[in-house]
Amino acid sequence: MIETFNPDSADEAGAIVSDALAAETPLEIVGGGSLRGIGRPLETGYALSTAGLSGVSLYEPEELVLRAGPGTPMSQIKMQLDQQGQMLAFEPPDLGVLMGGDSEQGTLGGIVAGNLAGPRRVKSGAARDHFLGVEAVSGRGELFKSGGRVVKNVTGYDLCKLLAGSWGTLGVMTEITVKVLPAPEKTRTVLIECADAAKAVAAMTQALSSPHDVSAAGWVPQAVASRSSVSYVSSTQKALVAIRAEGIGSSVEARCEALRDELAAFGNIEELHSHNSSRFWEEMRDVRLLDPVEGDGCIWRISMPPASAPELLGGLHDALDMEAFLDWGGGLIWAHVCGMADGGSYVIRRALGTGQGHATMIRGSLEQRLIHPVFQPEPAPIEKLTRNLKEAFDPHGILNPNRMYDGI
Amino acid sequence: MRMPDPDQDVLARRLDIIAALRKIVPVEGVIAEEEELRVYECDGLTAYRQLPMIVVLPETTEQVSRVLAYCHEQGIKIVPRGAGTSLSGGALPLEDGITLGLGKFNRILDIDYGNRCVTAQPGVTNLALTQAVSADGFYYAPDPSSQIACSIGGNVAENSGGVHCLKYGLTANNLLGIEMVLMDGEVVRIGGKHLDAGGYDLMGVVTGSEGLLGVITEVTVRILRSPATARALLIGFPSSESAGDCVAAIIAAGIIPGGMEMMDRPAIHAAEAFVNAGYPMDAEALLIVELDGPQVEVDELIGRVEKIAREHRAESVRISTNEIERENFWAGRKAAFPAVGRISPDYYCMDGTIPRHRLSEVLNRMTELSDHYGLRVANVFHAGDGNLHPLILYNANNPGELEKAEAFGADILKLCVEVGGVLTGEHGVGVEKRDLMGEMFTENDLNQQQRVKCAFDPTQRLNPGKVFPTLHRCAELGRVHIQGGQTRFPDLPRF
Ligand SMILES: Cc1cc2nc3c(=O)[nH]c(=O)nc-3n(C[C@H](O)[C@H](O)[C@H](O)COP(=O)(O)OP(=O)(O)OC[C@H]3O[C@@H](n4cnc5c(N)ncnc54)[C@H](O)[C@@H]3O)c2cc1C
Repeated sequence: MIETFNPDSADEAGAIVSDALAAETPLEIVGGGSLRGIGRPLETGYALSTAGLSGVSLYEPEELVLRAGPGTPMSQIKMQLDQQGQMLAFEPPDLGVLMGGDSEQGTLGGIVAGNLAGPRRVKSGAARDHFLGVEAVSGRGELFKSGGRVVKNVTGYDLCKLLAGSWGTLGVMTEITVKVLPAPEKTRTVLIECADAAKAVAAMTQALSSPHDVSAAGWVPQAVASRSSVSYVSSTQKALVAIRAEGIGSSVEARCEALRDELAAFGNIEELHSHNSSRFWEEMRDVRLLDPVEGDGCIWRISMPPASAPELLGGLHDALDMEAFLDWGGGLIWAHVCGMADGGSYVIRRALGTGQGHATMIRGSLEQRLIHPVFQPEPAPIEKLTRNLKEAFDPHGILNPNRMYDGI
Repeated sequence: MRMPDPDQDVLARRLDIIAALRKIVPVEGVIAEEEELRVYECDGLTAYRQLPMIVVLPETTEQVSRVLAYCHEQGIKIVPRGAGTSLSGGALPLEDGITLGLGKFNRILDIDYGNRCVTAQPGVTNLALTQAVSADGFYYAPDPSSQIACSIGGNVAENSGGVHCLKYGLTANNLLGIEMVLMDGEVVRIGGKHLDAGGYDLMGVVTGSEGLLGVITEVTVRILRSPATARALLIGFPSSESAGDCVAAIIAAGIIPGGMEMMDRPAIHAAEAFVNAGYPMDAEALLIVELDGPQVEVDELIGRVEKIAREHRAESVRISTNEIERENFWAGRKAAFPAVGRISPDYYCMDGTIPRHRLSEVLNRMTELSDHYGLRVANVFHAGDGNLHPLILYNANNPGELEKAEAFGADILKLCVEVGGVLTGEHGVGVEKRDLMGEMFTENDLNQQQRVKCAFDPTQRLNPGKVFPTLHRCAELGRVHIQGGQTRFPDLPRF
């Protein structure tokens, strides 16, 4: 049984970490718990939950800023932003169902700690790019802050960047300030039939290199497309490239028309309007179109230069029993690998090489995550910096120990 | 400004050091003559000057690595320098330090349209990046006003912004990869042509670290397709309040302009006298709003912004109908610094950011401060993101006036922090705002930042004396202070 502490203030969170430090007792840091299965398995007897550090404490739409506790449910933040016609532009995904749980369990802290981002990543950046300020407790039990509440700030080191994507291994965030942006008035998606990955990447590259301000570009093979709840997508019985345009109505219409002209040579073209377009990209964002995971099935997220995607994808298909689709204009592969004891780890990491991108085992069994690296192994000099940074924030390994790498 | 005490032992070995450096870089790449060192005595913050002990201009990453390894071993301080346009003294030399200039790293290495990115050496200017891809319809979005001169390496070190960064982000949001040499000579590559980090976001924390974590020797940035069109509005207001309200209303209406700049009356007058852009001379505040993107969108949004402006007491609205007009609207804003330079022997450019709704209050308090110090101030302002650039006018030849200008500047920055803003929006802390860091950060905050410094440069030889008001030894910062009781965790121990 894990005993869980529920601080309701930053000071209390600090006191708990200080006590844990004195008792040399590591803590698991949990938000909504929806991403708990990501990372190497933790073996802590105690947890610190951010559930009590919840609520939006500042939201000024005209200033494009929102501040909330890390335990604030994403659904609540989304609701408040919706009311003002705004959004988190990095399109935070809800990976609850992909991870084998329920949807709508995620918190702001989890999204930021994982530096997650959805399809709009290609245009608008990831959580890191919208993370303006933080207050956190380090593994030293000390409260510190970085950044601020204004969108333009270079005062001191940007510790927000380090905390984003550190999966709770550097600090317990107690307050998070993010940039928010106006939500688009309208969304439409141009669908192009295209079975070949190389051609699909070429089409996406052309779209993203056009002046038509594309906000998402992905490719779904036929089997993946067929699981969409949007009948225009599933009923085509074809592999599809999807290109999204967002903004004011007249502009979206004109750009979709221009994109259809521009991409006509790649294959037959359809268009998804408002609701269907939104629904399709939600499925892409939340990775809902892959076959459900069973047994030793593993879900991978691979980020690489878009131009390398076709070859990498081809190589992986040759070596693995795998289903995959592309997002981020080809810069992101989501893959479901079956029938491999190591979840495909060896093949994927060897094909990707060093310094050419990174692969993360987003979902795998306890054993797979224990034995095989979940996060991209780092070359020696980078690993050394990583260790030094862990030492700087959490020298005794109190926070989520070993979650990312051995000792990190 | 107090800098770390010079190391007499290092100074005494100067000739040996010069000889050793000449074995690493070509002879002409080691500068030791006083006359030539003069060129490097300051950066864009000219009030602070110091001759460097030596300047070294390596040509390859390997040379940088060997220079740093040598200095690391010999206990010699290093100050990295790009184009020297920093406005916060980030590249201010040290008496016992080597200024390492990256001017010879001036090549674009790779233009990759398939991955929409460019790889360049750090000494390439910001504008040259855009020029390298503009014929093919692309550009590099962050555009500091110093773009013809400043280097991309310096942009990374300062996380520079520009007029377009409200919509397109700062350097940090457009950077994909770097190669960097650590103080001990180790060469590391971070990122590449892909998005995001697989582990900790080292590139994120290096961006804006002001040359304290490593010497950047290669940069990969993402490029964007140039917008189909851009048009601008030039709007005059009877007060800064109404201009500020108009800015808030534009954003509340869901519009993020490509650029949104404000000028106050003194700035309008100085600019108009300099370039004759046709600015409204009776306005108290002038707003330039630029919309860029697809033609239909720009045309529609121009109409919406005009309507909002008129609802917010705009007294004059002009809309560009062609490129010449649009550029003319910008001419005065772009020339604002030199224009102010014409009406005053010297000016001191500040760079705080505030929550926008506090603007009129801050401007009023600035007027009071201006009376108090007896110095005039002109304001240009990145209105969309609340980044103020008050220009304090003074005459360095009048005894005591520089000190007065600095005190005035410090008061403005404290005011920015007081209303919920920050000390610097894009120019960096450097030496200029170093001693004001305590206004914004507690000791804990600063110690945690310095521990990051220690993770990269444990002997603190890289650019010491910048950013942090007090230097602690890394060993001291590393110590863990156990304070907690153990009451919550009765059954011990579990490591
Ligand atoms: C007229 C004028 C207008 C300006 N307008 C803007 C503006 O609109 N927006 C804005 O953000 N800034 C602006 N600046 C400030 C300045 O141009 C930027 O900070 C710029 O990025 C500095 O680049 P640089 O190459 O001149 O760097 P330098 O001044 O040489 O150095 C700046 C800092 O970076 C470090 N550094 C430089 N190169 C490297 C490297 N390769 N590796 C590691 N560290 C390095 C130095 O040690 C120093 O701390 C302006 C400056 C002037 C003079």
